[in-house]
Amino acid sequence: MNPASNGLQITEQDGVSRVDFVERNILDEANIQQIGEAIGALVDASSRPRLLICFENVEHLSSAALGALITVNTKVKARDGQLRLSNIRPQILEVFRITRLDRLFEIHSTAEEAMATFG
Amino acid sequence: MAASKHDSDSNGDADDVRRGVVVMHDVREEIDRLQDTVLVAVADAGFDEASTFAVRLALEEAVANAFRHGNSEDPSKTVTVHYEVSPHRIDLAVEDEGPGFDPGAVPDPTEDANLEIPSGRGIMLMRAYMTSVEIVAPGNRIEMVFRRD
Repeated sequence: MNPASNGLQITEQDGVSRVDFVERNILDEANIQQIGEAIGALVDASSRPRLLICFENVEHLSSAALGALITVNTKVKARDGQLRLSNIRPQILEVFRITRLDRLFEIHSTAEEAMATFG
Repeated sequence: MAASKHDSDSNGDADDVRRGVVVMHDVREEIDRLQDTVLVAVADAGFDEASTFAVRLALEEAVANAFRHGNSEDPSKTVTVHYEVSPHRIDLAVEDEGPGFDPGAVPDPTEDANLEIPSGRGIMLMRAYMTSVEIVAPGNRIEMVFRRD
């Protein structure tokens, strides 16, 4: 298990990199940029990355955070990888729905469900 | 860098209106302090958690846009927020020191062609979560209202 950095907890399970947020709020743009870079480095480290991002602790996020996720998604696709999101609270899920980003990302209720879908 | 300025008039009005003006630099602690000030007033006025979520998000987006786009990330420039919280409505005005912009020039982020563009969702989210949003010409001031149903 990697130590938490940039407010992220990163673990490896069955060939999948799992990212959990330590902070409840993902609002600060400088922090979001660091998060994006950290996850991006994780993606770059694998030829066909398999990435699960869990939002269990997240209570608030901004459109800048959504932008960082989109950039990660683009990176993952460019490397023929797979990205799943999970454990998104209803209020945050509503933000994904309003922005139609629930159509861009593959979102699951739980990490276990998401893990089962990686090919 | 000077800390944010807060001027407020709380609990002195018969209508139980809490209002104030906050002048901030692009410093996370100052933005957090603004959010805390406004959201405490919102909660004290009896608005529910969903309302608090909506106001926090819309205010965060407006302030971020003001610093990033309005002030072009110039650290010397400030953003001024006027807030007024009463039992049935919340009025917010966010003003930057920039030249303004044309909201009509912002592409719709929900169109398929724009879905994978990382930016451009702030105004859309403000409009989705607030009862009304007005971008006051020339575009360096946004006035938002949240009304209790």
